[in-house]
Amino acid sequence: MSKRVMVLIGTKKGVFILDGDEGRQSFDLRGPYCEAWPVNHVIANPSEGAIYATGGNEWFGPAVWKSTDLGETWTHSSEGLKYEEGEAPIKTGWSLSPGNDEIYVGVEPAGLFKSTDGGQTFEHVQGLRDHPSREHWMPGGGGLNLHTILRHPGDANQLWVGMSSVGVFHTADGGQSWTPRNQGTRNDYMPEGMSKYPEYGQCVHSMAMAAGDPDRLYQQNHCGMYRSDDGGRSWLSIEAGLPSTFGFPSAAHPRDTDTLYLIPLNGDILGRFVPDGAAAVWRTRDGGKTWEDLRKGLPQEKAFFGVLRQGMATDSLPQTGVYFGTSTGSVFVSSDEGESWVEAATHLPTITSVETLVVN
Amino acid sequence: MAGVGHNSGSESQEGAVVVRISLPTALLRLFPGSPGQLKIEARDVRGVIDELDKRWPGMRDRLMDSSPKIRRHLNIFVGEDRAKLETPLRSGDRVTIMTAMSGG
Repeated sequence: MSKRVMVLIGTKKGVFILDGDEGRQSFDLRGPYCEAWPVNHVIANPSEGAIYATGGNEWFGPAVWKSTDLGETWTHSSEGLKYEEGEAPIKTGWSLSPGNDEIYVGVEPAGLFKSTDGGQTFEHVQGLRDHPSREHWMPGGGGLNLHTILRHPGDANQLWVGMSSVGVFHTADGGQSWTPRNQGTRNDYMPEGMSKYPEYGQCVHSMAMAAGDPDRLYQQNHCGMYRSDDGGRSWLSIEAGLPSTFGFPSAAHPRDTDTLYLIPLNGDILGRFVPDGAAAVWRTRDGGKTWEDLRKGLPQEKAFFGVLRQGMATDSLPQTGVYFGTSTGSVFVSSDEGESWVEAATHLPTITSVETLVVN
Repeated sequence: MAGVGHNSGSESQEGAVVVRISLPTALLRLFPGSPGQLKIEARDVRGVIDELDKRWPGMRDRLMDSSPKIRRHLNIFVGEDRAKLETPLRSGDRVTIMTAMSGG
């Protein structure tokens, strides 16, 4: 029996879902869901058959949405998703990491929350904001947000988080204490005379864990592209061969630890578009030693879009699919590991996130 | 007594402050079954929100932040005057919760 492939799309105006089959050549679009709220991330939790979304509405604040019927109906909650009185209130949810026992939520201003009851209530993982560096955390252009959450596949106490303009932090005790892990990543925005390699303050844009290997992490930074082979204790530049050091998303291959996908943009001051108005996904198959551009089926002239940090994903099918959504509301899909692409949706609101779910 | 049902009459119990509440459509959509108009017993705007949250759990978080303040892009009027959480209420007051004209 053919499997159903769902593309879960977060946008500035609600959640949309593309339904397709294993061929991944054509899709049916449905949505908007979640009352057309701005949604920064929507992702499935296959272990419980649920889909979660998070974002924030200008009128009504932040919330986590949940669907248990593959996106047809949704409920929301934010019980406990708040800081203490007197602190700057949470503006929006940014990222989700659902697991077997708990769901983590990253928010803006940067912090981490956890739900152990399927998204009904949330508790603050206070240890992160208790870190002594917190008084120096400053917002970047996208706000002071916690946008990336990675889990150790064999140790539930280990997490990595990425925070804009703050950097990568790691915990080995379930969130009670945290350590910056930014050694080797560059901050080009330090004043003259100060180190460009500080302990924290780097602008991580996204991270991806190599399939099943918590030692190997990839990081697209505002200032460069990096790989770590020691769980983030040190980072090695792998930007040579890329058209730009700047970009947002990074998506790991689901089985090959050496394969990664990126979408470099034309830098941070000239619109943050695909370079030269021509779209390309860049792929490495050797852990970042070399890169190749993949363009077949992608617009090659007068394309003025970007792809945001959570806007690219892979799927779990035997021939890996790669997906990305643009700031101009298009979704592009490759069913052959990035070799060729089809435009699966157009005219959506600005796309903030793309994830996939394969249903038997 | 914890509030007044929205089918109650306009007469309040002795000493009770019963006010008329109007809720915006965008809020009603988040809480299926909530009515656009109802009557509530509350002595200030914070009391109105607390009572709404008892009836529709989670509504407090939609109306106020953790500061605690009324959310920035919501307006709550008592009669024709813009209110704060601590604004006192008198029996018969009309409390209108509105979404602001904002966004893009």
